[in-house]
Amino acid sequence: MRIGLFVPCYVDAFEPEVGIATLELLERFGLKVEYPFDQTCCGQPMTNTGCHQEAAATEALFVKNFSGFDYVVAPSGSCVHQVREHLTAIPQTEEVRKVRASTYELVEFLHDVLKVDALPWARFPHKVAYHANCNALRGIGHARPSELNLPYFSKPLNLLQKVAGVELVNLARPDECCGFGGTFSVFEPAVSAKMGYDKVADQKRAGADYVVSADSSCLMHQKGCAERLGLPLKYIHIAQVLNGAAA
Amino acid sequence: MSAEDLHPREREGVVNPEVRVADDESARGQDGRRLDHAEGTSKPIKAPPVREPQPRGAKIRGDRPIDQGEAAERFLAAPLHAAAHDERLWDLRKKRDAVAHGIPEWEELRELASQIKTHTLAHLDQYLEQFEAAAKANGVHVHWARDGAEHNRIVLGILRDHGAKTIVKSKSMLTEECGFRHFMAGEGIEIVETDLGERIQQLDDEEPSHIVAPAVHKTRLDVAEVFARTLGTDPDNDDAHYLAESQRETTRPHILQAEAGMTGCNFAVAETGTVVTCTNEGNADLSGNVPKLQIHSIGIEKLIPRVEHLGVFIRLLSRSALGSPITQYTSHFRKPRTGTEMHYVLVDNGRAARLGMEEFWTSLKCIRCGACMNTCPVYRRSGGLSYGATYAGPIGLIIDPTFNKRKYSTLPFSSTMNGSCTNVCPVKINIHEQIFAWRKVLAEEHHIPMLKQGMMKAAGAVLSRPAAYRAAIGAADSALKVLPRFAVYNPLNTWGRKREMPEAPRQSFHAWYKQNRMKDGGQ
Repeated sequence: MRIGLFVPCYVDAFEPEVGIATLELLERFGLKVEYPFDQTCCGQPMTNTGCHQEAAATEALFVKNFSGFDYVVAPSGSCVHQVREHLTAIPQTEEVRKVRASTYELVEFLHDVLKVDALPWARFPHKVAYHANCNALRGIGHARPSELNLPYFSKPLNLLQKVAGVELVNLARPDECCGFGGTFSVFEPAVSAKMGYDKVADQKRAGADYVVSADSSCLMHQKGCAERLGLPLKYIHIAQVLNGAAA
Repeated sequence: MSAEDLHPREREGVVNPEVRVADDESARGQDGRRLDHAEGTSKPIKAPPVREPQPRGAKIRGDRPIDQGEAAERFLAAPLHAAAHDERLWDLRKKRDAVAHGIPEWEELRELASQIKTHTLAHLDQYLEQFEAAAKANGVHVHWARDGAEHNRIVLGILRDHGAKTIVKSKSMLTEECGFRHFMAGEGIEIVETDLGERIQQLDDEEPSHIVAPAVHKTRLDVAEVFARTLGTDPDNDDAHYLAESQRETTRPHILQAEAGMTGCNFAVAETGTVVTCTNEGNADLSGNVPKLQIHSIGIEKLIPRVEHLGVFIRLLSRSALGSPITQYTSHFRKPRTGTEMHYVLVDNGRAARLGMEEFWTSLKCIRCGACMNTCPVYRRSGGLSYGATYAGPIGLIIDPTFNKRKYSTLPFSSTMNGSCTNVCPVKINIHEQIFAWRKVLAEEHHIPMLKQGMMKAAGAVLSRPAAYRAAIGAADSALKVLPRFAVYNPLNTWGRKREMPEAPRQSFHAWYKQNRMKDGGQ
């Protein structure tokens, strides 16, 4: 089984530990993971702004880097959603379609493909609020969103519950968007920041010490908001927790 | 408060525990029991302790693109209004969840409603003709209006035929679309809105900010101020009963004396030629049934084939809108009463053109419940008037550009595309996907700012070239001294104004991998 590791651009630049944890975690399951060296980005910043033509070359590069793998795994629901649903600026050849269908977000890869039932190395004795990234939640189906009248399930919480010591706390608005929204965060700063402030306040009220998410982008935004408000909350990616981060 | 004091709906968990407030007398009837209608079970919002001027909506400058972000920033600069607005609408979303989750077949109902609407829209010509024939057979005069202006002229013509100069009307988003009140003011026709929220907005000369709760952006103090200024009430009395009663008392004489009455339409039943309205105040009945001349304005997308289909929509509408099982009044208008005259004005106003838009036609399924607004985290923190359009919130983002692409070109970007709007929509409109699709259309047609498009072109150029990308995120791939331009590529640094910047790590993942995982160090 050939596994290609996709480290999204902002993880590469801002949160290298998340990339490292993802790589190490996959290796704990005996997988041989390859990291295509010329990778950059999935094209989402341009596509989400409507600029599909401007994303085409980046999308082509993504496909070039990741064709030939059985699975492409990335620690980001948002980027995987882009690849799976919106990587359409280039002609949809068989190669492109295969790469798109083979791309998995880390949590769903662990949950659905590897069917992980134990994480004996992981211990995280903290009060944890889980943040559901909207693209992971509604875009690729991480969990049942609170507004749908369907049977409950949650892949990330299922995995977190296998980590010793984790005490999950409940948010008043469990899957309210945090306001990052990609380029929304810089083009609509007032509303974006207010949503972020409300989100971190909810986490604080719930008694969380740590906020865990499958998306570094939301975490980066929330961390920036919490620091500005002076709230002592810590933010960590689920890859790090599942990989046994001592925190 | 013991369990015995609770209304059955509270005991059954239909009403969220947070909604229960022991000392809230405004939600209790004369027998002391909690009222069972939508407003009665709403969570009371405590009036702000100090007056805070109500933030106003987007600045309208002809066809120039609406700056929703600017208006939203002003809305948020009024923290008492912003907090009350968010809390009120989130409360509606929670109540919607509670009642929706109480119905096992809820998701099937949504699918059924979607299919009925899809079918009707696919055969709209037939159903419109059937509706017209049935209405005429019932003795109703049927008119067709190509656009808002024609609608207004037709109504004016009907009024002139009867020498009528006064109208009472119930709330109608369609007439808002048509600019009906302003047109009629210019013709010397007096209009009185009979819906409480809409009346508040009329008296304050503002558009409705929400489809079903037109004045939800106002606090009780704001309403007290408006009523004091326009109805002569006590400016210091912001008691909800007092204010509602004042509106009622001052509106009744208008209803009794009006020469014409108007309503909008929630559902138009093709087989019977019936117009159905859903209200909680009964004001559509009063507006339609008291005056001798009654006029119903109907958007052509309101058609449903048969009466039996109403059951599907009635079950969904108020639950989605307010979290209540049904509106207080579901009124069927079919035939003129003896000695009166009844008119339907069927209005296109862009709908036929929208029906031909491959990516956007399903927005015509909308039944105007406002659930997408209540769930939208951006709408809740912006206020409906920040959109500068008849339709605000998620449904507005996908409908407004069909009316004026340039003016509303910015609106599809006022979204995080979190997708909850799509999930609460009772007719399953793929709202967030249409927002995404609109962005593409607008970018292709150069309706997005040159700066934004230029930035995306630059980002695309960097991100498609590994060497350029490496250079951008840090010289020699080691310590990142400056923020990568692609991530915070903004001359104004809007990230840093309200948020701390992320710390640049010692090295990128790429550099770490090269150093630790490649035997030859990547050479």
